[in-house]
Amino acid sequence: MHELSICGSIAEIVRRRAADRPVATIHLRIGRLRQVVPDTLVYCWELVSADTELDGAALEVEDVPARIVCQDCDATTLVGDLPLFMCHACNGVNVSVVSGEEFLITALDLAEA
Amino acid sequence: MGRFHRHADGTVHEHEQEHPDEHGNHSGYQTGTERIEILERIFGENDRTAAVNRDAFRAANVRAVNLMSSPGAGKTTLLEATLRRLADTVRIGVIEGDIETSLDADRLGGFGAQISLVNTGNGFGGECHLDAPMVRSALPRLRLDELDLVLIENVGNLVCPAEFDVGEHARAMVYAITEGEDKPLKYPLMFRSVDLVLINKIDLLPHLDADLALFRANLRAVNPAAATLEISARTGVGVDAWCDWLRAQVQTTRPPAAHH
Repeated sequence: MHELSICGSIAEIVRRRAADRPVATIHLRIGRLRQVVPDTLVYCWELVSADTELDGAALEVEDVPARIVCQDCDATTLVGDLPLFMCHACNGVNVSVVSGEEFLITALDLAEA
Repeated sequence: MGRFHRHADGTVHEHEQEHPDEHGNHSGYQTGTERIEILERIFGENDRTAAVNRDAFRAANVRAVNLMSSPGAGKTTLLEATLRRLADTVRIGVIEGDIETSLDADRLGGFGAQISLVNTGNGFGGECHLDAPMVRSALPRLRLDELDLVLIENVGNLVCPAEFDVGEHARAMVYAITEGEDKPLKYPLMFRSVDLVLINKIDLLPHLDADLALFRANLRAVNPAAATLEISARTGVGVDAWCDWLRAQVQTTRPPAAHH
């Protein structure tokens, strides 16, 4: 349930950036390697935002697949549902993650005041 | 749109390319609503505080190790066994965040360690992890200048603690062989984040169907760089090797580090 404290952080950032303007939608970018449960995040967001100026602001999550690139052969591998960090081309494990660890607020859509 | 974001505050982020999927296309929102591009890391505040904690440790020449595990894997028993062996030669502080622990300051005080308890009770049954501000709040109760090593006992949980940098220099986790070989695949973020996996309760091996080779293969699939040690916090098997690992951690702070 770290989604609850995550929502607290989101609310803090949104309040600072929105500067009292009403917010309709909060766009998040969350990599697959983050262990964030989207449904839980939305549920916690409702708890955290209830009866605040952010009440009613929706979360919209952009899901980013996990990709690794092999340091030995340069091949890029899409990490599937099983989190195997191994190069599909050469079976090497000397890989680095190039996407999937994102955890960002990307944008806010303001509501009509 | 959605591929290249511009933001007015001048912040540069590296995550901007590589989003071939169609999420984030909101070109229909042209009816007077305004979009503010942000690109701000949600953990930014936590990570800034973690950096402050790390600076505080570094300034005092202290090494900090974040100790994580699922509930009941044996962190607390290991901590006691560790203090029993190390407290005479290494000056240890403990930041205690495990909400379920039976360990208390009196019990640990007997080993001569400094203890700082973190109140993780924050509604909803308490927090599921330590974050950097919680560790920050625990630091004034430690005399860092008189310490070599700070052990941060995180909350028993395989998910949440992995997400939060608290300012540690190294991460170790306790995995009990009773937990099942598939744990690295189910909790890859945790197993990927650690430098050392302590394979605990090894004394129970004759009584279980645990397949350690399979566990190691799963661990290697998510984190080929992780070191492992087989231990039993209860019988003491392997605990000396863990203490050697901790001593080596402390040694890395001993050489004349660049102070500023």
